[in-house]
Amino acid sequence: MTVQELPGAAAYRPTPPPAWKPLTDPAPLLPDPEPYRVLGTDAVADVDPELLLRLHAELVRGRRYNAQATALTKQGRLAVYPSSTGQEACEIAAALVLEERDWLFPSYRDTLAAVARGLDPVEALTLLRGDRHTGYDPRAHRIAPLCTPLATQLPHAVGLAHAARLRGDDVVALAMVGDGGTSEGDFHEALNFAAVWRAPVVFLVQNNGFAISVPLAKQTAAPSLAHKAVGYGMPGRLVDGNDAAAVHQVLSEAVERARSGGGPTLVEAVTYRMDAHTNADDATRYRGDSEVEAWRDHDPVQLMERELIARGLLDDEGVEEARAAAERMAASLRERMNADPVLDPMDLFTHVYAEQTTQLREQADRLREELAAENDQHGTDDGGAGR
Amino acid sequence: MTTAAATAGERKAKAKPATMAQALGRALRDSMADDPMVHVLGEDVGTLGGVFRITDGLAKEFGDERCTDTPLAEAGILGAAVGMAMYGLRPVVEMQFDAFAYPAFEQLFSHVAKMRNRTGGAMPLPITVRVPYGGGIGGVEHHSDSSEAYYMATPGLHVVTPATVEDAYGLLRASIASDDPVVFLEPKRLYWSKADWSPEQPTVVEPIGRAVVRRPGRSATLITYGPSLPVCMEAAQAAVEEGWDLEVVDLRSLVPFDDETVAASVRRTGRAVVVHESTGFGGPGGEIAARITERCFHYLEAPVLRVAGFDIPYPPPMQERHHLPGVDRVLDAVARLQWEADN
Repeated sequence: MTVQELPGAAAYRPTPPPAWKPLTDPAPLLPDPEPYRVLGTDAVADVDPELLLRLHAELVRGRRYNAQATALTKQGRLAVYPSSTGQEACEIAAALVLEERDWLFPSYRDTLAAVARGLDPVEALTLLRGDRHTGYDPRAHRIAPLCTPLATQLPHAVGLAHAARLRGDDVVALAMVGDGGTSEGDFHEALNFAAVWRAPVVFLVQNNGFAISVPLAKQTAAPSLAHKAVGYGMPGRLVDGNDAAAVHQVLSEAVERARSGGGPTLVEAVTYRMDAHTNADDATRYRGDSEVEAWRDHDPVQLMERELIARGLLDDEGVEEARAAAERMAASLRERMNADPVLDPMDLFTHVYAEQTTQLREQADRLREELAAENDQHGTDDGGAGR
Repeated sequence: MTTAAATAGERKAKAKPATMAQALGRALRDSMADDPMVHVLGEDVGTLGGVFRITDGLAKEFGDERCTDTPLAEAGILGAAVGMAMYGLRPVVEMQFDAFAYPAFEQLFSHVAKMRNRTGGAMPLPITVRVPYGGGIGGVEHHSDSSEAYYMATPGLHVVTPATVEDAYGLLRASIASDDPVVFLEPKRLYWSKADWSPEQPTVVEPIGRAVVRRPGRSATLITYGPSLPVCMEAAQAAVEEGWDLEVVDLRSLVPFDDETVAASVRRTGRAVVVHESTGFGGPGGEIAARITERCFHYLEAPVLRVAGFDIPYPPPMQERHHLPGVDRVLDAVARLQWEADN
């Protein structure tokens, strides 16, 4: 049919695309204009003092853990350590908001979250010591293996939470990622799948200002990382990542929402990486002292400690107690990390397949012969020179 | 299906021609019926039944939650499958086409292949990744790749590819039952190949990792798999006129690799040609030729030759017949196996 055949030009009115309708109202999904805070505000009065004290003790312990792990790199006991100093509020809160049956999906910078969830620090650090990739049974602790390829563990969290719901289990998955990770495709795909499936997942973005050396301004042009949630049809929450009470509250609400069938939430916690990316990095090449100093005044341990002291919930003795407990943890960690791990080279072939292939059996035999020859050489004084 | 007592004659009488596509669909259906943990997910696998209709009827029979249309994102699909497997499910993922599986490579290489290893055996991932692969169907760009070498080069994955209707069923069932991740490569130009096969008859579920001699012969061995098996069978038939009695080995499993069957055959015949669509340089044929040489050097009458796709990006469909190894190219290779030395 051509235009000329229409019954008169006056009767013709353009219409909207026939199938279009808005899928989701964006207004309730938008994050607050500023990071949500509890400490130093009226909201702190509504928080259980026991929780604040628990958070304080964990923050002190977490800070000490970061210092000890960093020291272990200098002593050659860790191959590398990506410190979460300055980010302890996020790490601690992420662990404490979960029930035992829930799952945590940490990145390589989140060993502290795993430790706060109850994992032995030695087991949390085997990846970084370099003796084994994962030092714990993920299913026993409901902590996924520490994930190094950025954001690739986020779809796992979605799939696990989805599977748990299909099986009728009340399980929430909390996945951790950094600001740099939000640029990865897997971040996008995970959030999209989670929203479409209404999976019980919480995504915690620790915006610590840098992806190694690249600042956030070169990472995104979004109003905030929390705003990214809106495009997927899930709520975005913006929170002060150094305010442990605020992070705990916002994450708790997100976990509760997921648990009750409300679907996923994206939480952006604004924080700062006080140390370099790892011990192998030099942060002076990309940021100035004044910026670091400004954040030192907004330190998560100090924020909590000052609040508790001001409110009369904590005295010098209480602070001392928390520090002493942290020292005991550090001493135990130091002592146990000073022991050389006992490794069996034949383990290289043990867990590639359920059943070893013929080819791997042959290669294992070859290594066994090499090891036997090495032992023979070491067993004789000529060191093999006699050959 | 308690028809084990049926005689071979009865079986044959009952069997009707079935396509490889139907056998694959039946394998999925039977796996889902036997094990409630088996879940199928991918693009268009639900309502539509997949672009090749392999999953036809599954969503209807088992519901959308067992056979799920996902958002269009291959890394997301496979990444979600990892999480599902972590929680005890047995996901079967469909990648729509060979080249569309590439976005999922990071999930496949960094997580699916390594999870058993990186967790010290604590968390194996029983995931089957179905990938339609290969050319010869007149597909436009990005629809005809032979991607098997990428998967073969990744420790932790099994790589399986059927070439017959019966194997399509048996190997897919074995793959889904495997506690290791399996990349299940489906030769899409054989989807509509037919054989007398009845799903109602007991079908052997072959263990993964065994090659099979499809045609015994004495002159030389053609080693092949998937879409190139019919080419090799035809070549072996044509070779009779030239006086060559060719043996044809169907690998069926690229990982684990059946060195025993391959080496036994080449030791018998003394000559070997590897045939596949994948590129020759860096392709599976190089690995296979090296393995034969390492094991059969003193039995060989001639160098192991390869007939492979050219080392070019897959050509446009109007040119693909020049690229794909055909009967003549296979026979030419056989002719170059230094027969004059026998005289």
